[in-house]
Formats: sequence, structure tokens, C-alpha cells
Amino acid sequence: MSRAEAAPRVRRSHWLLSTIAGATMVFLYLPLVAVAAMSVNAARFGVAWKGFSLRWYAQLLHNQVVLQAALNTLILAAVSTAISTVLGTLLAIGLERFPWPRWMRRIVDAVVYVPVVTPDIVFAVGMLLAFEAVRQAMGGLRLGLATMIVAHVTFQISFVALVVGSRLATLGRSVEEAARDLYADTWHSLRTITLPLIAPGIVAGAMLAFTLSLDDFVISFFTSGPSSVTLPLYIYGSLRRGVSPDIHALSTIVFLVTVTLVLGLQLFTRSPKEE
Amino acid sequence: MERQYDLSGVAAPALGALASAGDAATLQLERGAAKGVVVAGERTLADDDSAGCDLAVNGVTKRFGPVTALDDVSLKVRSGEFVTLLGPSGCGKTTLLRIVAGLELADHGRVAVGGADVTRIPANRRPVNTVFQNYALFPHLNVYENIAYGLRARKFPAPEVDRRVGEVLEMLHLEEMPKRRITQLSGGQKQRVALARALVNHPDVLLLDEPMSALDAKLRAEVQLELRRLQRQLGKTFILVTHDQNEAMTVSDRIFVMREARIVQSGPPAEVYDRPANRFVAEFLGTTNLINAWRTNGTVHTELGNLVPRAHPQWEKGFLSIRPEQIIVRSAKPSSNGIRAIISEVIYRGDHLDVYVQPGNLHVRGLPRAGMKPGEQIWLELPARQLEALGE
Amino acid sequence: MNRLLVWYGELATTRKLTTRGLALLAVPLIWIVVLLVAPLGAMVAWSVASRAATGDIEWTFSLQNFGRLAGYDAFGWTKSYLVILGTTLVISTITTVITLALAYPLSFFIAQRRPARRYLWLTLIIIPFCTNLVIRTYAWMLLLGNQMPPALLAQWLHLIGPSEALYPSTLAVYIGMVSNSLPFAVLPLYTNVEKLDWAIVEASRDLYSRPMRTFFHGILPQTLPGLVTAIVLTFIPAMGAFLIPDLLGGGKSWMLGNLIQHQFGVSRDFPFGAAVSLVLTFLTMVGLLILRRSGDEVTFL
Repeated sequence: MSRAEAAPRVRRSHWLLSTIAGATMVFLYLPLVAVAAMSVNAARFGVAWKGFSLRWYAQLLHNQVVLQAALNTLILAAVSTAISTVLGTLLAIGLERFPWPRWMRRIVDAVVYVPVVTPDIVFAVGMLLAFEAVRQAMGGLRLGLATMIVAHVTFQISFVALVVGSRLATLGRSVEEAARDLYADTWHSLRTITLPLIAPGIVAGAMLAFTLSLDDFVISFFTSGPSSVTLPLYIYGSLRRGVSPDIHALSTIVFLVTVTLVLGLQLFTRSPKEE
Repeated sequence: MERQYDLSGVAAPALGALASAGDAATLQLERGAAKGVVVAGERTLADDDSAGCDLAVNGVTKRFGPVTALDDVSLKVRSGEFVTLLGPSGCGKTTLLRIVAGLELADHGRVAVGGADVTRIPANRRPVNTVFQNYALFPHLNVYENIAYGLRARKFPAPEVDRRVGEVLEMLHLEEMPKRRITQLSGGQKQRVALARALVNHPDVLLLDEPMSALDAKLRAEVQLELRRLQRQLGKTFILVTHDQNEAMTVSDRIFVMREARIVQSGPPAEVYDRPANRFVAEFLGTTNLINAWRTNGTVHTELGNLVPRAHPQWEKGFLSIRPEQIIVRSAKPSSNGIRAIISEVIYRGDHLDVYVQPGNLHVRGLPRAGMKPGEQIWLELPARQLEALGE
Repeated sequence: MNRLLVWYGELATTRKLTTRGLALLAVPLIWIVVLLVAPLGAMVAWSVASRAATGDIEWTFSLQNFGRLAGYDAFGWTKSYLVILGTTLVISTITTVITLALAYPLSFFIAQRRPARRYLWLTLIIIPFCTNLVIRTYAWMLLLGNQMPPALLAQWLHLIGPSEALYPSTLAVYIGMVSNSLPFAVLPLYTNVEKLDWAIVEASRDLYSRPMRTFFHGILPQTLPGLVTAIVLTFIPAMGAFLIPDLLGGGKSWMLGNLIQHQFGVSRDFPFGAAVSLVLTFLTMVGLLILRRSGDEVTFL
């Protein structure tokens, strides 16, 4: 066997590999496909096929609770993403673009990583404790959409900061120095060079934050109030009460929205702009 | 003489005076001075007879932590001169260029452009522009916008921007591609855009930081000639940083050879080549034969016998240096500085021969001629007026 | 010390830069510290406090909460909480093993596709992961229900009784956990396998000829960093699982997450809840330390 022709990048896979890959895909998608199938099943009870119908989708449109939950979910995701994108970007620029001594950099780095590495459930409990402390100190704080937004922002900031920060780091000094050399002052260079160049990072960070917010259950579960039911909480609650078929329709819609978001995110992070 | 910048608000202390004023006060002055900005001339870049300005660097020292990048460096560049800072990597040449550009702050010392002290002027208010080593083009802007950047930053009116950009596009043969994206350009085109982006601002001094290191050898040779032609045509002051001695010889009026944070020699290319100040310069520029030597009273001894150098050395022990093409092959014993040698190797180079001889493993370069074969005995003359006595 | 310097081309004093930098950092940093770091610190204080019979918190130092987790309470030793800790470790370990057994070959399979196809496969693996966990878990509840094909098959094989469902059960918890952690394992492994030096593989194939030895000498050592990363990234989230055992386990296989939720929810025993949270966080940190020591760089999304 000649060594020279070793290492072809594309190889034929062993049948065992292909089988495992196929099986894994089935494993990942079969439950979701089952839900999608049930969402167009006319049957009200049970899972026996009673013909194709979109009535559960139609029913969703008339379910005020679901519509409110959907609205809450979107408000939660949109507002928390907006806040965290701004704060995360400030954090990234503040950390990357200043001559901090090493100890300062380490401390900030550590703080940024706390929300990333803390287990969800502990994070949720921590938020709950923080809100409890605020309530006891000032009174009047009720768990609701506001507390959920605050909680989501707390973990989103770090993810945005990490994404934007890595983009800033790859940018390097030279383009900003070139801008300076070409008569740009601080503000002009920030506006015309730095921000446009890290924009893909900011967008990617924002989309990641949005996805994380939609994806979250545990933290919402702990920090929500009776008036701030979101879709995941609604679905979780209805699992307790007993499932009606419109949950299938709802889940399918959420899944499709997620697919769109993920594809959008991929499109942005792999933008051909980079070289 | 028209100045791009009104720096008159800045008190220009005598060169060499150290910065004693408080930083805040200095910055305050500069802020006031910056308001004067820009007189958009109607003349074109080519007949901009304000030409370049002279540059003076005085006693500049720069340390990065424990590393000294520049150690009390001074130099003067005349208006319209093309000079090269030449040296191996890490010798401080790029740091010096960045200090002139305002991208690095000297620990001590002063920089003046056209007689005006710019030591504490920020980069964006200095009348100098830089062509960066990796070009540092703005990847999100097209060729036109890259070139127009410096004019737009200074709020030039649109027609003036258009006229000036058009002018440099033409000068650098980029007319075809103002709308191109930076990512679609070849290395040579990027380099020309970087040059255009700097020249469009009519800088008093143009700084070039190894602008050709990313180009292949053939293109590099073309660009060197082009650069030389451009500089003659514009009459601007150009300062080029390079580690390539050929490049330095090709383009410069004057070469500053740098080594370990200091300037070790300066002068026109021929002078630096023919009269190297020390062993380092002799070896760094071109190839040379170095012969270990020692002195007793008035005589210089080597293992090839006693030799007479151009100027009598001050050292006890040192080197004699002679370029390969300056050694003369003789058929008979020359009157002075003659060496009896045996040819050990002959390499045919087409337009010349490279001959290596023993003793001393001397390298001799000459025209192809008959009778040069390994094993032949020949006489060599090391002419005294080209035999330099050098220290380390 | 106020010093003049040039920073990214800007001539400024250190004081000016520091002021500006702190202005940028202030809000996000204070946000995270006040809302998360401080409460986590408070948890440490809580964990060594105790709950009086009245339900109030007594601020006297004691390690009894940690003792309770280890099984010691006022009435002597019981295994109740240790069982939960044990269950958590066992479920997380077995989940990790199964996940790696699937993810390892899968990452090779993906690395052998053409580059454009690789991204497609990776995206396909990420998509379900980005769908809300409640939906994914419910999807399994639906699929493992008593009238669906998997349960019908199990009934026919007499693995379960007639008209029984496959959930709630420990099996269902494993299925949910594995499907949840697959992307965590595939991404680092793929990143590693993609960089694999096939020349070394070919060399060891020449040397050893037997496929097993080729694998152990030529491939496994090269993928070790990715493997460590995959193990840690699977194991840590598994330890903190809460929803999956809750829904798919039907309360039979409680994990630490459920215990924590219970203490801060129904029981309102904050000191004990804080202690359990700290233990979970501690185990997570140990995992991350291992990752930092020997793991590979991973990029998500």
C-alpha cells in the first residue's frame, strides 16, 4: 500500500458507520416526526389515524391562552435578546479593546463564564434567590415576564459576549490602526470600521441568544409567575393536565420556527464575507 | 508652501527637547490645533509642488517590557527623499516607522515632520500616511471606498473626493476596479489599493512597512521599479521598511541600516555597499569575503599573509572585507596584496562565474573566461582601495 | 498611574482608557454579579445554615445539610438521598457511555462526507437540540405511549404487559437523556476527527494489520482530546438534568436536579437545597477542570 495516496479526505464509509449514522438520525427525528404526524391527525383521542386534518392548527388560533403564551414567548425572547445583545457587545468591546492588567482580564473572564458553566437548575435557583432577596429588601416584586426577561438576559449576556469577543479577537489591530492613520477619530473609526466588521458576530450572538431563550425551560420554570406563561411552560403544564391534540400542532410550529432560526444562524456564521 | 494640516497651534519645541509638559496639557493643545484642518487644494497630486516634507527623528527610545526596540535613534530625512530602513527582523525598524506614523509612542525623543513637532500628535492628525505590511484594507468596503476613506474621514466634499480618488486610480492603473470587493483582488492589486489609499491624502511623508513582502519575486521586482518611478514623479518623501537588501538598493536614495535597536550606518546605496561601517553591514548587504586579521604596529596580518587595507584600522583584531567582484584574477604576481590560490570550485552562472579558491575559501566573481578549472593555480589581487578593515 | 500611550492607533492616557473601558463593562458586569454571582455566594452561606422547626433559617454554622445528602439525619443513617446521588451518577455515566458509542462512529461518518455535506449533517444534528426541551421530551412521551409502534412491539415480545406504555420508566429516561446529549458529544468529536492525521492511521495499519490494533494505536490516541471533551460535555449537563427524569421517569428515578427543585419548591428547605446545588456545581467544576486540562477546543454553532 502506498503511503503517498493515503489520507483521501473523502472516504467511503463502512456499512456499520452508515447504519449507525442512519439509526441516530431516525432516533433524533422520529419522535418529532411522530408529533408532526399527530398534529395533522383528525383523531381527538388516542393515536389511531383518523384522516388528515388541520383542525388543531385552526383551533390554536382561537385558543387565547396559547396565543397569549406565544406572545409572551416572543416578547421574552425579543426583549431579552435586545438587552443582552447590547450588554454583551459592550462587555466584549470593554474586555477586548482596553489595556487591562492580567488580573482584571481574568476576573472579568471568570464572571463571563459563570452563567455558561453553572448547571441550569442551579442557575435557576440562584435567580430565584436573587429575586427573593430583592422582594424582601424592597417589596412589591412579583415573578412574571419582567423577572423572566432579567433571568434570560443574565445567561444570554455571556453567550453574546463570547461570540462577539471571538469576532473582535480575529479582527486584530491593523484595520483600526489603518483607520486612525487615515484621519479617523475614535467615534468615526468605531462607526465605520469596528462596528461594521463585528456586525456578523453581533448578529450571530443575537440569534444565538434568541435561540437560547426559546430553548429554555428550567430557568423560565423557576422565574415565571402565574401571568407569564410561555409556550414551553404551557406545554409542560398541559402535560400535567392531560394532552389535547393542539399541543402537537403547537409543538410542530415551534419546531419549524426553530429549524428556520438554526438555518438562519448557520447562514450568518458561515457567511462568505470572511475571506 | 501649502500644508495639509495646520499644526501652528502646537508649540514646536526645539528638536531634542524632552517632553516635560504634562500629558493632559499637550493633548489639550492638540485638540485645539485639530480644528484648523484641511485646505482642499485644486492642484493634482502629481504637480503638488509642496512635495514632501523633511522628517527628523531625534533621540527616540522605545522599550516593550524588557525588550529595547529602539535605543536613542536619530535620523534626518530630506524633503523628497526616498529612504529605506533596512535590517533583520526584530531590529526595531517597524517600531520606528510606527512611531513616525503615530501608532506607537516613543518613551523618549521627538519626531518632527516639516519642522513641526508631532511627537504628541495622534496618528489621525499627522500629515503622514502608511502602507501596511498586510495592507490592512477594509474588507467590508470596495476599492473606491477604501481609497476614499481618508478623504471622507476629513469630510471632503463629494466632487473633490471623486476627483482625487479618480486621480490615484488612474495613477496606479486601478481604473477598472473601483467597485471591486477587496476579497476579489490579487495580492498585487491589494498592494496598489493600499498605496492609493495612502497617496490620495497627499501625505507629507509616505511610510511603507514591508509593502512587498507578500508578493512573489517577479512581481516584487516590478513593483520596486514602479515605486521608484512614482516617488520621482511625485517628489514626495518616502520611507520604506524592509529586510530585503536588494529592495533597499533598488529604490532608495539613502539607506539606514539598523541592528539591535540602533542605526549602524546610513548613506547612499553605493556608499553603504562599498564602505560598510562594520562586519554586520558588510554581510547584511550583499555577499562579502571576511578575512580574520590582526594588527601589529603598522602591519595588518592575516592567514593569507600581510595585506594593506584602504584605511589603516584602529583595532588590534578584526576583519578585512572585500566583495567577490572586486577581487582581480591575475596571471602574474601583482605588485601588492597578491595571493597565490588554487581554484576549488567553479560555478557557471551564465553572465558570470562564481569561483571559490583556497586558502581562505575566498569567493571571487568574474566574467566567464577560459582556464578557470578546479585545481588551477592563479594569482589574486585584493586591491587596497576596496579592501575594508572592519570591526565586529 | 496615569500614562500616555497609543492604543489601537489612539493616543490616550491610561486613565481615559480605563474610565471608558469601565463605563462599557459596568452594566453587564454588575448585572451578572448582582443577579448570579452574589446569589451563588449566598448559597454557600445558606448551605451551612439550617432550617428551624418553625421554618425560619437559623444562621448557625453546621455541615448537617451535606450530612443529610450523605444520608445522616436526626434519626441516624438512611440511604434515601444517597440513592438519588447514586442514581444521578449511574444515569449520567450510562448516558455518557451510550451517547459516545453512537457519537463516535457518527463523527467519523460525518468527517468522511464531502465538506458541503458535513455542514448539512451537523446542522441536522443541531436542529432537534435547539428545539425546546419540553417539546422534545413530550415527543418521546408520545412515541413511547402504549398505542405507538415501539410499545406495541415490546408488548408483542412480552417485555411489558399488554397495553402498557414504555414510559414512565428508567429506559425512557435513558432514551431522553441520550437524545438530548448527542449533539454535545458529536460536535467536539467531529472537530477532532476532522483534523485526524490519516497518515498515522495508514502507518499503523501497515504495522499492525489487525483492525483492532490499528484502531487502538492509530486512531484512538489521536481522538483522545475530543473524546475527553465529549465525555465532559455529556456528563455535566446529564448530572444537572431535571425535566427528563421528571417527565419520562415519572418520579421513579429522581436525580439531583429534581431534589433541588423539590427543596426550593414544595419543601421550601432552602439550606438543604443550597447544599445540594453546591454539590452539583462542585461536580460540574471538577468536570470542567478535567476539560481544561486535557480537552480539545470546541466551537459550537
